Amino acid sequence: MSKRIGMEIALAAAEVAALCRPDVIAAYPITPNTHIPEHLAEIVAEGHLDCEYLPVESEHSALSACAGASAVGARVFTATSSQGLLYMGEIVPIIPAMRLPIVMALGNRALSGPINIWNDHSDVMAVRDMGWICLFAANGQETIDMIVQAFKIGEDHRVMLPVLVNLDGFQLTHVVESMIMPDQEEVDKFLPPRKPYATVHPDNVVSMGTLGLPEIYTEAKKAEDEALINSKKVILEVWKEWEKTFGRKYEPIESYKTKDADVIMLTVGSMYETAAIAVDQLHKEGFKAGLLNMKLFRPFPADELKAAVKGARVLIVTDRAVMCGGAQAPVCAEVKSVLYDEPVRPAIVNEIIGLGGRDVRVDDFIKMFKKAATADKVKPERAYEIYGVRSS
Amino acid sequence: MKGIVENFDLYAPKLVDKEEYFSSGHRACQGCGEALAVRLMCKGLGKDTVITNATGCMEVISSLYPTTAWKLPWIHVAFPNSAAVGAGVESALKVLRRKGKIADRDVKTVSIGGDGGSVDIGFQAISGSMERGHNMIYVCFDNEAYMNTGIQRSGATPFGASTTTAPAGAASVGNKTWKKNMPEIMVAHNVPYVATACHSYPIDFINKVKKARSVKGPAYIHCLAVCPTGWRSSSDTCIKLGRLAVETGFFPLYEVENGKYRLTIEMPKKLRPVEDYLKLQGRFRHLTPDQMKQFQERVTLEYKKLMNKVKYSKSWLEM
Ligand SMILES: Cc1ncc(C[n+]2csc(CCOP(=O)(O)OP(=O)(O)O)c2C)c(N)n1
Ligand code: SF4
Ligand SMILES: [Mg+2]
Repeated sequence: MSKRIGMEIALAAAEVAALCRPDVIAAYPITPNTHIPEHLAEIVAEGHLDCEYLPVESEHSALSACAGASAVGARVFTATSSQGLLYMGEIVPIIPAMRLPIVMALGNRALSGPINIWNDHSDVMAVRDMGWICLFAANGQETIDMIVQAFKIGEDHRVMLPVLVNLDGFQLTHVVESMIMPDQEEVDKFLPPRKPYATVHPDNVVSMGTLGLPEIYTEAKKAEDEALINSKKVILEVWKEWEKTFGRKYEPIESYKTKDADVIMLTVGSMYETAAIAVDQLHKEGFKAGLLNMKLFRPFPADELKAAVKGARVLIVTDRAVMCGGAQAPVCAEVKSVLYDEPVRPAIVNEIIGLGGRDVRVDDFIKMFKKAATADKVKPERAYEIYGVRSS
Repeated sequence: MKGIVENFDLYAPKLVDKEEYFSSGHRACQGCGEALAVRLMCKGLGKDTVITNATGCMEVISSLYPTTAWKLPWIHVAFPNSAAVGAGVESALKVLRRKGKIADRDVKTVSIGGDGGSVDIGFQAISGSMERGHNMIYVCFDNEAYMNTGIQRSGATPFGASTTTAPAGAASVGNKTWKKNMPEIMVAHNVPYVATACHSYPIDFINKVKKARSVKGPAYIHCLAVCPTGWRSSSDTCIKLGRLAVETGFFPLYEVENGKYRLTIEMPKKLRPVEDYLKLQGRFRHLTPDQMKQFQERVTLEYKKLMNKVKYSKSWLEM
């Protein structure tokens, strides 16, 4: 039976990853995800999990080893952050192209430089278009749940893709929360052992990772794109089943007080819970604020987004990364592109917040809401604002 | 010459697996020593093998989708990571066998790469995989430059070779450094079986592959592979050049078992002058007599260093 626990979220992530019975784990330490592979190493060392644990010499090798293991048919888990993800960078796009299911917990951290170990989304945004399914946890419970879901989604033969489970560095990884942890029996029932589709093994000889000339590359990319788009059906199925089994509901975009909302804010990740407090306070003042949180970022939930913002006068899109020299920040660029064809759409404000661990408090969200309230009449000077930049 | 071929026909089938695991029809250049070496390696390995391949000539010429030259299970992921992919394959084979999810028999993981993919960009991954003691073989096919991308120098390019990134010119001898001694580095990793090989000595190579396969733990083979395209040599001299590399002492064939060095091919008392080897290759065409002499001195020194190890090294198991 599931039981309530109080635990650091990174440790809980490791515990639940172990319950998924991975065959191979390969990881390399980097703050703030480190506690995940450390705790898994401990679980293996104590004999609680039968698994090959590879303390590799780099993230590049971590993801490469995961690729090899997944190709043999193993259930594979890894974790990293920031520079570690970029050090894997060369291998990141190859994994989905080869249709290798791997689950990666990404403790989101700012990219260097300056070197900074704290939270934002510049790491994941750098790989957002490389073909991985991308989930964002808003809290510890979602971290636990999404890790189990991720294996089931990624290993499904209709999907066969790697899954990134994003959890904000420190804000989530290092926070002790009250969570419900499923037990082994429940996880086993929800997540049967992986049945690989094709494997590198002499019993069925295949060549994997062959060379694609111009005659085939376009088709290969199209197939990969379709696979990711089509994975949404399975994601929704898995979430339905999760809700039925565990009673916790998941949807691509979660909404809070958006009915009749005048100004809606969109968050991604753990900022959601702080922003929700701001929304409550604004309601007390009679300000009709609403809140959306994007849990599914890839494949992008375009239809859900369109439905979620219907009726709002202004939409504030928060971003946790700068798209240097770009037209917009990454999440907002995509939101705008989705809403462009809508006959009626809200005015859109783009706030880049919480870079490199900068606190964003309830007050800040209230300020953003109030400032944005007139955005449909007075167009903001710039397409995006980096919020809270100190001027002296 | 005719006699040797007749003898070979008589004995080779008894010594060598007739099965082809690396089939013809691939796109290697005429006279490619690397493709021949891969074919020989596969014969030594046999069917219960998984190959991981680094990007490079061998991957490109063998795997043009939708064709493949490989009759062994084969995976390519990227350029620097063949050994790391191999570590993952080996680990997965081990754990899935232990859990009864795959057949209960030995399947060997063999990671391969060119010199660039091994001694340069893939170095870290090899070092890690060997140090962690994975039960796998790594075979470096050393054609002494990045051939796939157009003959750029690598850490394995010998002194004086003209390459596209270390060209010979009025102010340059070409490549200025000596070959990185990768086998030695592998010995320093406490790899229990390390060997050098060359396609021009097929039985020696195949035997080494078989020996490496029987090791429980990591094994490393460094195989010199003649590349007519990059060496600017005529394709019909491929086998001859491999033999000259050995006979001049430039690339002696040896193995290191638990630290004990042993020559596997009998060397002539007096080595052939290295010039015999160099003069057949356009990449050394520009060398002056002085530079040839410098080359010869380095070969002699390296050979002496090796012979010293052959003479004095002892197996760790006997210490
Ligand atoms: C990260 C990365 N850098 C560079 C390349 C380009 N590249 C592909 S193969 C190759 C050289 C391969 O040389 P080597 O390993 O010696 O193999 P060979 O082709 O000579 O057999 C290079 C530089 C690449 N594919 N990936
Ligand atoms: S360039 Fe050299 S190594 Fe590459 S296929 Fe041609 S001969 Fe072989
Ligand atoms: Mg090469």
